[in-house]
Amino acid sequence: MQLGDENSADSGTLLALSDLVLRFKGHKNDVLDGVSLTVKRGEVVCVVGESGCGKSVTAMALMDLLPAGSATISSGNLDACGLNLDLTSTCLPSEMRGNRIAMIFQEPMSSLNPSFTIGDQIGEAVLRHKGGTRTQALDRAQEMLQRVGIANPEQRLSEYPHQLSGGMRQRVMIAMALANDPEILIADEPTTALDVTIQAQILDLIRDLRDETGMGTIMITHDLGVVAEIADTVAVMYGGQVVEQGAVGEIFNNPQHPYTIGLMSAMPRLDNPVGRLAIVPGTVPTIANMPQGCRFRTRCVFATQACAERPKLSQIAPEHDVACHYAPLEVNVSVAI
Amino acid sequence: MKHDLIIEAIDVVKHFGDGGNWLSKSPVVQAVDGVSLQVRRGETFAIVGESGCGKSTLARVLMRLLSPTSGSVLFDGKEVSTTTGAALQSLRREMQFIFQDPFSSLNPRMTVGKLVGEPLEVHAPELSAQQRREKVADLLRKVGLRAEYAGRYPHEFSGGQRQRIGIARALASGPRLIIGDEPVSALDVSVQAQVINLLGDLSRDMGLTLVVIAHDLGVIRHMSDRVAVMYLGRIVESGTTEEVYTSPRHPYTKALLASIPTMGGKQGDRKATVLGEMPSPSAPPSGCRFHTRCPYAQAKCKTDAPALQGAGTDDHQVACHFWETIPNEAVIAETPQKTEAVEARFALYRNATDGGPVTHLLNQSTKRN
Repeated sequence: MQLGDENSADSGTLLALSDLVLRFKGHKNDVLDGVSLTVKRGEVVCVVGESGCGKSVTAMALMDLLPAGSATISSGNLDACGLNLDLTSTCLPSEMRGNRIAMIFQEPMSSLNPSFTIGDQIGEAVLRHKGGTRTQALDRAQEMLQRVGIANPEQRLSEYPHQLSGGMRQRVMIAMALANDPEILIADEPTTALDVTIQAQILDLIRDLRDETGMGTIMITHDLGVVAEIADTVAVMYGGQVVEQGAVGEIFNNPQHPYTIGLMSAMPRLDNPVGRLAIVPGTVPTIANMPQGCRFRTRCVFATQACAERPKLSQIAPEHDVACHYAPLEVNVSVAI
Repeated sequence: MKHDLIIEAIDVVKHFGDGGNWLSKSPVVQAVDGVSLQVRRGETFAIVGESGCGKSTLARVLMRLLSPTSGSVLFDGKEVSTTTGAALQSLRREMQFIFQDPFSSLNPRMTVGKLVGEPLEVHAPELSAQQRREKVADLLRKVGLRAEYAGRYPHEFSGGQRQRIGIARALASGPRLIIGDEPVSALDVSVQAQVINLLGDLSRDMGLTLVVIAHDLGVIRHMSDRVAVMYLGRIVESGTTEEVYTSPRHPYTKALLASIPTMGGKQGDRKATVLGEMPSPSAPPSGCRFHTRCPYAQAKCKTDAPALQGAGTDDHQVACHFWETIPNEAVIAETPQKTEAVEARFALYRNATDGGPVTHLLNQSTKRN
């Protein structure tokens, strides 16, 4: 299999997901409502949004990690690793998973098996995809541990997860994910469970590995600070829709969607604290109560009847798309004080 | 300077475990090791630190949910760390706790009315059932919930609403001091802002004193008047929030602030300044407990534990031998100036959420598509 086959327009594109629509069994509404993502070589794409916005479901669906039969996909196409998959009928072949596309999870405690040693667990990923002997796999595991900055790797190989701290477990997860030199790394909230000083170390590590290997990274997070720190491009999700996406500088310096603006206003700042935080009124509706059209409209202070019709994600500036009828707000809306 | 103190901790030590015996090894965990602090009436005081620094244990000792191994806690000038019986119950009326997890801290089998009314049954038994219902409705309105919600069960509410129920429950007995252990950290940003605003309003309107435990430095900056930074069971720096954030003097505080990814600053500017991880509280390092990770550590730090000492202004205190020789520089990146259009957009949003009437200048036919 060759990377960047003739199907993809841009040879730097590693992964292109388009128009993913997914519904869980027994629900009347789609959880993901037309999600598209593109990852280029050496790029970190951050998917940001609050609980229930579908960011993790998107990653799980990509990797075909949702429980079998729990969801139906009515539309969606995945172009990655030289394959063009129609997700409605096929899914990512298991020889790709953990090999060409790897994933790390939020909770490093529960994603490691407590009854196997670190060496066995990293080695398993190597044996499964690359074959070879156990000794070779363990050598590779040791090399990987060294690379993610774990001291005394040969000693750590024979230790169990409970003997490691949270930050070290996350490093082990990263070592495991990268053991087969994947082209794409999907990281689902990799630093959320960690303290800030450890989070800083892990973010530095992911950035260094990206620079070293040129892998493309999809990073799922709810923390705008983390996004600003590591992303090249950003997709803001709300209620299973991508409401705004673009280059990181554009999103932070020129946010357009009311939800993005709301999130930024609601975040307590380290510098110049304002008297009272602006809020996003209400809470995220459940899937059953999701409105038609723009899904943010029940919480949006600017919404009108027109928002019952779904706004298209369209370009508002170079490298910047937004899905809002009233963007840019300062031109189209006025507020009396 | 003498301040009007509501609660004061004097050299509080809390150790867990007995050290084991010849059959079993169970090391003593030195969760809190000699902490003194003073909380003034009406202020919001924050205790900040990473997991395992002992901040939650300290909060529980202040609350008298745990009794200290040694040292004392004074509430209104009276020793409370040994209080029991009726005196303890009346103390509970004066200070209440808000828990971190709004999902596990409410009994799923009790209605909201019962949950909020329960403290009233204990602390105000003289109220009739009717009066109690009215009081519950009143409390629910105060925290921004509808009075009709009294008949519902916790599972019918979102995380933010549950945290409001927890706050209503804490307010029921009419406390003067509320201690919140990570009261907003389980919530999403948009909901978190609502709860932070609510706590701010309540403490101002009701003259409450808040003690907030948190690991999120943005939240602390926003909520609190004064802050104490803990590391491995000890306070390493304390002072007004403004002072500590704009001119941190302890290397750990500097590192902590520098570690936070912010929306300002350029990518790659921030580098992890502290390496390694926090040692175990059952085998803390000698001397200054931070010396194993401190970039400025010297021989003296390994042997002598530094005491909190005045660091110039106000009541800024720092526990470091060499704070005067470490460069005093700002560590938080300034947010870049927004353009006028973006500034206007944020102002529109703020005014609209404050209830300003919205006019749409765009008519349907010309709307973007």
